[in-house]
Amino acid sequence: MTATATSTAETTEARPEPGKGMRFVNWGANYIEDRTSLSGLVKELGRKIFPDHWSFMLGEVALYSFVVILLSGTFLTFFFQASMAPVIYEGSYPTLKGVEMSAAMASTLDISFDVRGGLLMRQVHHWAALLFVASIGLHMLRVFFTGAFRKPREINWVVGFVLFVLAMGEGFTGYSLPDDLLSGNGLRIIDGMVKGIPVVGTWISYLLFGGEFPGEAIVGRLYTLHILLLPALVVAAIGVHMILLIVNKHTQFAAPGRTEGNVVGVPIMPVFAAKAGGFFFIVFGVIMLVASTVTINPIWNYGPYDPSPVSAGTQPDWYIGFADGMLRLIPPHLETEIFGFTFTWYILIPMAVLILFLVIVALYPFIEAFITGDKREHHIADRPRNAPTRTAIGAAGVTFYAVMWAAASSDLIATHFMLSIEGVTHVLQFSLIIAPIVAYFLTKRIALALQKKDREIALHGFESGRIVRLPGGEYIEVHEQLSDYERWRLVSYDDYAPLMVRPNAKGRITVATRIRGVLSRWFFEDRIAPVTRSELEAAKHDHH
Amino acid sequence: MATTAHTSRSRRAGRRSPLASGALLLIGLLATGGAYTAFTAGSSAGAASETQVTKLTEEGEKLFAANCASCHGLEAQGTEDGPTLIGVGAAAVDFQVGTGRMPMAANGPQAEQKPVQFTEEQIAALAAWVATLGPGPAIPDDRYLAGDGDLAAGAELFRINCAMCHNVAGAGGALTEGKFAPGLMGVSSKHIYEAMITGPQNMPVFNDANITPEDKSAIITYLKYLENNPSPGGYELGSLGPVSEGLFVWIFALGGIVAITVWLTAKSN
Repeated sequence: MTATATSTAETTEARPEPGKGMRFVNWGANYIEDRTSLSGLVKELGRKIFPDHWSFMLGEVALYSFVVILLSGTFLTFFFQASMAPVIYEGSYPTLKGVEMSAAMASTLDISFDVRGGLLMRQVHHWAALLFVASIGLHMLRVFFTGAFRKPREINWVVGFVLFVLAMGEGFTGYSLPDDLLSGNGLRIIDGMVKGIPVVGTWISYLLFGGEFPGEAIVGRLYTLHILLLPALVVAAIGVHMILLIVNKHTQFAAPGRTEGNVVGVPIMPVFAAKAGGFFFIVFGVIMLVASTVTINPIWNYGPYDPSPVSAGTQPDWYIGFADGMLRLIPPHLETEIFGFTFTWYILIPMAVLILFLVIVALYPFIEAFITGDKREHHIADRPRNAPTRTAIGAAGVTFYAVMWAAASSDLIATHFMLSIEGVTHVLQFSLIIAPIVAYFLTKRIALALQKKDREIALHGFESGRIVRLPGGEYIEVHEQLSDYERWRLVSYDDYAPLMVRPNAKGRITVATRIRGVLSRWFFEDRIAPVTRSELEAAKHDHH
Repeated sequence: MATTAHTSRSRRAGRRSPLASGALLLIGLLATGGAYTAFTAGSSAGAASETQVTKLTEEGEKLFAANCASCHGLEAQGTEDGPTLIGVGAAAVDFQVGTGRMPMAANGPQAEQKPVQFTEEQIAALAAWVATLGPGPAIPDDRYLAGDGDLAAGAELFRINCAMCHNVAGAGGALTEGKFAPGLMGVSSKHIYEAMITGPQNMPVFNDANITPEDKSAIITYLKYLENNPSPGGYELGSLGPVSEGLFVWIFALGGIVAITVWLTAKSN
């Protein structure tokens, strides 16, 4: 108490003449300002507004895990040797003593057992990587289901998608570096897929591996990609992503006072910066907690790579799982030979499906913009139910991905649920086609039903559970009216109607217009019209 | 001469009688024979234990007739429901009955492990009787089961020969048609050894020409090392690899962080 009192006294005294510390800060600020003109930027950035909604923090989780990855990864590079030169392991882990392995594997074991804090850093790096891709995925889903990819944010969606692919690339190259059994098996699958490409596949494989698989070059090459090229691209893409985020501003959910023309929330300086700083340490803390208590990638069990053994339960990290699952789902023996070239359809079809899936994800904002023909800017995020067809498409996509993902662990599903692996595979093969369709219709119906419920509540209030007996003997349940604030959330959303196919200025109906007409009908045929002002008035009139 | 005679006489007197060597021979023979008899006392005891063995096999035969014969046949010759057990050896019986796999509760893709149905003595009796039907692998010697073999060699042999079904950490794995390779943590050294020499269920036989007893001992050493030394990295998540890691990161790490974000942005009431 006395200390506070003294300091207050000091500041009041010092007001006419700034104290020594303040003078230094002022001098420093001037010094920097004179040489960089930074104040304009700080003024601009410092007022950047962040709306307060939990789902807006998922991208931050990705950013912070990336920072953790950079920090822990830098530590690992101090000790890792990206060489496939054979050495005899003489480190301290007993089950591998005297075993021949590559220098990469031996140095990874040394990091794990003979470098102080090395195992923790390895686990931090790997867990943070899994969290990085997972949070990117969740962030993408949030952006998708709230329609935050609409104009003007289409480009930023594509940049984010590129980040997602780069993150998977980073993950896969990192998974392959220790040169343990698991990473070698993963590379063998990539090698097989590359070799499955007709005519050029074998050439590409030899180019990639510097000769016949596994060769002695691949770890060094992947290392260069992993610590140089890919991180540079990720950092650059994050930079673009952030700049576009500032240029486009944040979206926000509908609420009183929030319009297409403003952003309601807290400014970056000082509130959000403090919050974000704290949140960074929370994310870091969660990663440290997990990394210090749960094993990840125990390479000491897998042992050095050797082309002959494969462990039961060999899987890629989760974000490559969908690709592995697709390979497991394709029926075997699909092969044709044309002019001496073998076309391995069970490799080519999965590759085509995966690429098509990813391309649709990347281009979705443009597809939807074409269908709606909507050229307006959108800064109010949709509630998923208010865009039933989009939400249904999203649910179908998630289901499709989830089935492929589940297929990557078909063997574990079989053992843990006492099923036969063939049965699991066949069920998943059917699900790959059927489940997205079911998910589509189910989601669309649920979204429409929720919209109906919202409409009902907006017009007539919600059931209060209070039963009242009227003087005439009639029983009624009292409906409680919403407050204006609550109602706002329910009634303010864009209404779309199927596009009318009309001739253009030249009096012709183009093919594009016809296609758009058909797609628009599919998109907006089933809809619940938002509550209009007159309906609200009429409803109020009913009650009073 | 006299001196000579005297000397010769005195020498004669000093020497053993010619019979002495015969007596010595006799003593030697008696000692050897006695010792032999003493040492082969075991054989008379062996005769006693032979009767015990007979008793054991007889008991085994009775147990077999009561519990096993309905599928394997009274003479263990096999029926439509069960294979012949002639020549499977004591090790197979000790493994299958000792781990509770036999008698089977129901026909299925493979015999499931369940609580052991017989006492140690009964299992020994069954094993002894089946062993009399034909030559087969015997219950392994204790010296291979101590877990003091070459650890690194055992780990490498395990990765090359066993991991494709049982997983590198012995967590088990799926086989075709609902069959599976069970997890190996908590399985006794004796049963691991017996499984290798008899090839139960879908497991191939790793005979002594394929993997020597010393190498089998090394594999057991590795498995026991895994069992007794928890992962240096912390909780193992069932040693199932990336699948359980992925589920963990989505459910607990990301789930936890999402919970925190909800908490951070919650408005006070």
